[in-house]
Amino acid sequence: MIALSDYLILGAILFCLSTAGVFINRKNLIILLMCVELMLLAVNMNFIAFSHFLGDSGGQVFVFFILTVAAAEAAIGLAILVVLFRNRRSINVADLDSLKG
Amino acid sequence: MTFEQILFYVFAAVLVFSAGMVISVRNPIHAILFLVLAFFTSAALWLMLEAEFLAITLVLVYVGAVMVLFLFVVMMLDLNTASMREGFARYLPVGITVAVMVAAVMVLAVGRQHFGLEHVSSPVAHGADYSNTRELGLLLYTTYVYPFEIAAVILLVAIVAAIALTLRQRGSAKSQNVAAQVAVRRDDRVRLVQMDAEQRK
Repeated sequence: MIALSDYLILGAILFCLSTAGVFINRKNLIILLMCVELMLLAVNMNFIAFSHFLGDSGGQVFVFFILTVAAAEAAIGLAILVVLFRNRRSINVADLDSLKG
Repeated sequence: MTFEQILFYVFAAVLVFSAGMVISVRNPIHAILFLVLAFFTSAALWLMLEAEFLAITLVLVYVGAVMVLFLFVVMMLDLNTASMREGFARYLPVGITVAVMVAAVMVLAVGRQHFGLEHVSSPVAHGADYSNTRELGLLLYTTYVYPFEIAAVILLVAIVAAIALTLRQRGSAKSQNVAAQVAVRRDDRVRLVQMDAEQRK
């Protein structure tokens, strides 16, 4: 049988892979957004595994809300990306320094 | 090894492989297609966890809408992938180090000694008449109805924000000015002229 720990370890590996993606793709804003999506997927995997093994459907409702908010976040993030590219002709994170922060 | 375990390990391997390709391939289009593969395999794993509604939602909403949005955006932008790869080799060691260390700590925390089968036993599978959608709906429209309404408002805000951000008023494009149409007066449009009647020749 598959234990709860197997699903949790899979989620942990997925989360760490996307963290590494944020580190090594520091230039490309689109890949960064995709890494965030991957992180949310890893978290959802944990929620559903716990919901299944503890017999509580509330975890699945939570995943439903995470999916909703993630879709909204992706839509707004990509809209910002398009406006950014229109104004600066680049989505390189290193070029976004006009605030001199 | 049971059939279920074989399925789990195959899907988990494909999922980890595609996640690794998402963060390492050169072409953003390929990265998006690998992310689609990751979502499909996650949906399969969620089906094994008896979360049928969310598995279908993941495929419909994520693969069908969000990833297609990503694809459209990548195709609209004129990306220079060569300059995007600068610093890849430079940050690779620190990325791998952080990922391996965090993964090691997480695996120690959630491993079999804490969440194994002897601690959390596998639940009895539901019968054929069990409907995951019905159960989720019962929860969503009773206990969680207020968060559900808020989620709807969040989606509306996202629609308005995305359109407001990307809407561009071009000089050449013709559009209605409703305020000017409403504010127009009779004198602006109608002019009465006094003249004698003309005879038809």
